[in-house]
Amino acid sequence: MKSQFNTSNVVVALVAAGLVVLPLYSQLTGNIFILTLFTRIIIFALAAASLNLIMGYGGMMSFGHAAYLGIGGYAVGILAFEGIGSGFIQWPVALAVSALYALVIGALSLRTRGVYFIMITLAFAQMAYYIASGMSRYGGDDGLTIYKRSTFGGLIDLSNRVQFYYLCLACLFGGIYLIWRIINSRFGLVVQGVRSNEQRMQAIGFHANRYRLVCFVISGTICGLAGALLANNTDFVSPAGMYWTRSGELMVMVVFGGMGSLFGPVIGTIFFLLLEELLSQFTEYWALIMGPLLLLIVLFARGGIMGLLGRFNRG
Amino acid sequence: MVLVEQSLNGLQFGLLLFLLAAGLTLVFGIMDFVNLAHGSLYMMGAYFAATFTAWTGSFILGVLLALGATLLLGIVLEFVALRHLYGRDHLDQVLATFGLILFFNDAVRLIWGPAGLALPLPAWLTVPVQIIPGVYYPAYRLSIIIVALAVAALLYVVVMRTKIGMLIRAGASNREMIGALGINIKLLFTLVFGLGAALAGLAGLMQAPILTVQIGMGENILILAFVIIVIGGIGSIRGAFLAAIFVGMIDTLGRAFLPDLLRMVLSSAAASTAAPALSSMLIYLLMAIVLVVRPEGLFPAAKR
Repeated sequence: MKSQFNTSNVVVALVAAGLVVLPLYSQLTGNIFILTLFTRIIIFALAAASLNLIMGYGGMMSFGHAAYLGIGGYAVGILAFEGIGSGFIQWPVALAVSALYALVIGALSLRTRGVYFIMITLAFAQMAYYIASGMSRYGGDDGLTIYKRSTFGGLIDLSNRVQFYYLCLACLFGGIYLIWRIINSRFGLVVQGVRSNEQRMQAIGFHANRYRLVCFVISGTICGLAGALLANNTDFVSPAGMYWTRSGELMVMVVFGGMGSLFGPVIGTIFFLLLEELLSQFTEYWALIMGPLLLLIVLFARGGIMGLLGRFNRG
Repeated sequence: MVLVEQSLNGLQFGLLLFLLAAGLTLVFGIMDFVNLAHGSLYMMGAYFAATFTAWTGSFILGVLLALGATLLLGIVLEFVALRHLYGRDHLDQVLATFGLILFFNDAVRLIWGPAGLALPLPAWLTVPVQIIPGVYYPAYRLSIIIVALAVAALLYVVVMRTKIGMLIRAGASNREMIGALGINIKLLFTLVFGLGAALAGLAGLMQAPILTVQIGMGENILILAFVIIVIGGIGSIRGAFLAAIFVGMIDTLGRAFLPDLLRMVLSSAAASTAAPALSSMLIYLLMAIVLVVRPEGLFPAAKR
């Protein structure tokens, strides 16, 4: 039997523990910047984890996941703009709209496979982007400022940095727990089976596309939650945040960490965003290094960071 | 009058999109390679043209030098990085070329600065030409139509009537087989990639005098080019041509006439924000409909 104490598990446990105690470190050293940086990282990690559910386990390469970040964010922003500030209304609406969007585009996109699927999810996300740019009442191209973060009837104060950080972290851990439960359930096994061999799963009587679609909707809903968190974090939503390069970045985060590894997207997101932060402090032209690095990782480090750790483990 | 002019604009934009999409669909059809960095080559074509024109003082000379430079850049890019990605899955290719986009955008910012460049036209291209009695059309846009049509015709002849074209078509229908028949497939791939790069560069430098030369100019249009090859059927040049004209027309006519149409039902301010968004959406809607009805595009290339 495989040992529980292999390198990747130890790294994952250390990272998770580090995320939990980070606010303490920030309070002790008075370093507020690291807290805001990691709040952002955690939110993107949730989005990447949701993408990993369909990419890594479902074999569905969605190039339009930024749309859910935007939809979740706009749900919060628009309701706040119209005077409904309660998170008990905003957040369920954000999730429901994301789920509905995922249901519609999933039902259409899943008729295609391979590169056509990549392109059609991209096209739908661009449509969502143009819808957002066209909403003149809500700022159009310029985006929408959110003057008041979601309220939860005094239960939790989202303007408090530490409380907001822990809320995001709870959402991330909750999301990963949910994904873990899904991939180990009968449903999740069918989805993974369809990824490996669709014909065979069809032949033994599973309606492959129905399983895929449900998985696609769950992924979109989780990403919509990340969108609601992100809007509260930046106090702002704009079409620019739904542009296709954002979808590309989410894919990069998943692949950096290791596709099809439960905690991989978290590691990948931390790596990607920290690297971006470090490089941009070192030079204004950080993408000059990030771009070729991405190329090298794709060429030489298949399986991402978690894959490398696994290889290290096997010696 | 306006309709004739806008239709010509649509045709011109569509032909430009075809130049971009042709390279993309050739590379995809033959090498099974998704190249997101194709838009970067389009951008580089425009930057090269602006620079070389400023250096030489001649528009024609600058354009020719820029074409050569993009061709060379494409070949180098293929040789150094991209050929290692053939045969990998599409996700790897998407990610690696996404990295190249990041690289090219910042490289351009480093070399040319964040502000855009202008590519001024020579005087003989700025005069309006009377195309039918009473209708004038800018000479430059007319020349884009002529050049792009000529290139499309040339491409047709090369692909359908020459030995190289025969190899290209053979490569598209069965890669392993033509390798087994003793064709230097690596060289063929490099050649096709360079050709695609030059076509992208040509599209970029022809668009440059109309819009400004700026960072990220290749990204929006790249997505349009992808939409076109998906609508047309990946690997099909004929499909790309028809889809490009169609998309160019919809985009241009939508932008020109939708605001007025919308003003009938919406307030003037709302219509002027909603119209560009709606006309951009029309194209994606079209693609979604095509994919739902015919998941392989309108003119799917021969099955492998």
